[in-house]
Amino acid sequence: MENIGALAILLAFCFAVYAIIGSLVGKWAKRPFLALSAQRAVYSVWALLTSAVGILLYSLIKGDYRMAYVWATSNHTMELQYKVAAWWGGQEGSLLLWSWLLATYSAIIVFQNRRKFRDMMPYVVGVLMFTQTFFLILNGFVASPFKMIAAGRGIVDIGDGQGLNPLLQYWTMVIHPPMLYLGYVGFIAPFAFAIASLATKQPGDEWIKTTRRWTLVTWMFQTTGVLLGMGWAYAVLGWGGYWGWDPVENASLLPWITATAFLHSVMMQEKKGMMKVWNMVLVSSTFFLCIFGTFLTRSGVVQSVHAFSEGPIGKYFVGFLAIGITLTVYLILSRLEYLKSESQMESVLSRESSFMFNNLILLAGCFAVLWGTLFPVITEAIMGEKISVDKPFFNRVNIPIGMFLLLLTGVGPLIAWRRSSFESLKRAFMWPALSGLFVSAALFAAGIRSFYALMSFGLCAFVLITVAIEFFKGARAISGKSGKNLLVSMFELTHRNTRRYGGYLVHVGIVILFVGFTGAAFNQDTTVELPQGGSMTLGAYTLKVVGFEEGENENYSWGRPKIAVTKYGEELPMMMPEQRFYFASQTPTHEIALRRRLNEDLYINYAGPGTNNSNVILQVYVNPLVSWVWIGYWVVLFGTIICLIPSKTKLVFPRTEVVGMTSKHAGKPAQVGTNENES
Amino acid sequence: MHKNIKFGLIIVVILGTLGWLAAGGISQTASYYKEIAELNKLAPSEKVDKRLRVGGDVELNSISREGRDVHFVLVQEKDGVKNRLNVVYSGIDPLPDTFKDNAPCQALVDGKLGSDNVFHATKLQAKCASKYEAKPVAPLTRG
Repeated sequence: MENIGALAILLAFCFAVYAIIGSLVGKWAKRPFLALSAQRAVYSVWALLTSAVGILLYSLIKGDYRMAYVWATSNHTMELQYKVAAWWGGQEGSLLLWSWLLATYSAIIVFQNRRKFRDMMPYVVGVLMFTQTFFLILNGFVASPFKMIAAGRGIVDIGDGQGLNPLLQYWTMVIHPPMLYLGYVGFIAPFAFAIASLATKQPGDEWIKTTRRWTLVTWMFQTTGVLLGMGWAYAVLGWGGYWGWDPVENASLLPWITATAFLHSVMMQEKKGMMKVWNMVLVSSTFFLCIFGTFLTRSGVVQSVHAFSEGPIGKYFVGFLAIGITLTVYLILSRLEYLKSESQMESVLSRESSFMFNNLILLAGCFAVLWGTLFPVITEAIMGEKISVDKPFFNRVNIPIGMFLLLLTGVGPLIAWRRSSFESLKRAFMWPALSGLFVSAALFAAGIRSFYALMSFGLCAFVLITVAIEFFKGARAISGKSGKNLLVSMFELTHRNTRRYGGYLVHVGIVILFVGFTGAAFNQDTTVELPQGGSMTLGAYTLKVVGFEEGENENYSWGRPKIAVTKYGEELPMMMPEQRFYFASQTPTHEIALRRRLNEDLYINYAGPGTNNSNVILQVYVNPLVSWVWIGYWVVLFGTIICLIPSKTKLVFPRTEVVGMTSKHAGKPAQVGTNENES
Repeated sequence: MHKNIKFGLIIVVILGTLGWLAAGGISQTASYYKEIAELNKLAPSEKVDKRLRVGGDVELNSISREGRDVHFVLVQEKDGVKNRLNVVYSGIDPLPDTFKDNAPCQALVDGKLGSDNVFHATKLQAKCASKYEAKPVAPLTRG
């Protein structure tokens, strides 16, 4: 079995290499059949990798502990879903997941576009398979999931495996890695088309139109992945928070930031023909940050909770990034002529400039996070001394960035294209601004003194009102003409331009997320050691230890104090945080007790027995508004899905477009407008 | 030109503010990686002021609790000499599940070195061989 798996990976590697050579040579030597065979090779790579994955999954579920990977990540007592999740529970398997997802995406891309873009496709295939080859090198020669710890004759049985890390045995961990990877890997589609468009000297924006959906869907997966990671950290790690600016959390955030910037700045290119070079830079940086994120997670370059064993794979990633970035930069520089902007910024007060500032701020945030994450590496290289920075650094820089973004979220969509006067701004923003100020003032009067919290809540109100006005105005216009009621009209309005109104809904979701984040300004926590019958108070809650239970099952032993909770004297259900000790991996874990409410969460972690064994050490947190983070996510998801639904009416943006090039390098004229899949 | 100057000014102001915030953030939270052997050579003033970050192996069976404080010993071998460091952890965050002294385990602590040469840690990260991936031991074979 394992030999077939290893062989499948080896063959996939050969096919991937063939696909690169076949498609590029086919293109340059004008042999369409060679290029076509390269496309078929892409399907073969997928089929081979799928078999390899099937074999790995079968071994995990069957429990073939002769295989090192199965032995390390699975055991008899694990439930089925965790045996499947063990696929991405370790280094080799998660790299295979990357590879397999890439192969799947590649096959879909090739299948979808096999009749379109005949001139671009060979390059698209080239980019896809170049990346695929890199990952197959890792799968096949560096971190093979099919290594054996026991091979040869006479071996009939190996005891039980180590089992999946208990921290990972939690439902969000089952789907967090695939979601994040779906997002990471998926960004290769816009990137591949961008590169192909550069390589074939396309003057138009075909690549953006073709990949708009891809970009949105992968963005959605990335958002989901990041949020699931936050949910996991909050519910499992037991430190009372969901975001610790850990290097690997940062790594997952970086491509998300540039992808968000890209989603916004492509609108400038579609509608105004501006920022073309910038979009190329953004799409490429997002792709490389995705690879970089995988690199950070896998190589142990920086200390982190996620740091897997330090292996030799780091240098392969560095090599791939170096080659990829060099080629991309060279390609962009050599095609600058084709990326000239078609119009210019006219005024500081304009939609264009708000897009530009949105990008500037997002990129500044991205840079700050990257800088902070790599600070130990940078200082060691420059000063010979490793210096690391911590949460306060990230918060200090990123909170103002967040505030400014929030402001732009409100301003951007309402400000006019080209130029806007103070008069029209006053008209558009008087009510939202007043409501924002009112909210801040009311909260100040209510006794809130945190500057950022006041600002954040004020801005949230401001954005919400601008969005509400937009919906209301549009709906009223429709209802005036059709006589339908406002609610139906709003539905109609959204359906007519899903991209715009779905986008507004995403903004609303982001606002709700910010409400949740801002709650962190009011977090309270304490650590106490309590004897049986002892009690303590935090915020509105009084906790009393009233008992202790312990026991064990085949997987782990557990102990949990029983805690009676009262809020303002009113009794709440008993809470029982738990400490477990897993036998197979010899590790303790903590199951927190959590009372989620819309206004605040009560979060109790049992850290273990105290100095004398009958005492318990409790960590207690009161986290206001955290639930809004998760609610905000669902709204973002809903808005994104609305964006993906085709609009009822096709919108045509009046704009001058470059249809051909007069330069001596120009290839054949572009086929602008031949592709009708824009929504 | 007027328009470009305006854009330039705004961009400079934004990036300047962020740069200033970042610089402040770095000087506030920077902590310096040191080896245990280096700690003994630090000048007294540096001990008090600098936030330090030290890594090493957790000495077997050295963890003991005293109320909320956790005492343990970090060991780091350099040039054949075993350097030991007494650590007191009194941070807010719970100790990570991977922090233990009954198996080979590494810890990374953040904090300051007291004048008594005891390291007062406010943050702790731990990494054990078995956390994500264990090194296979000799498997059971039969027949």
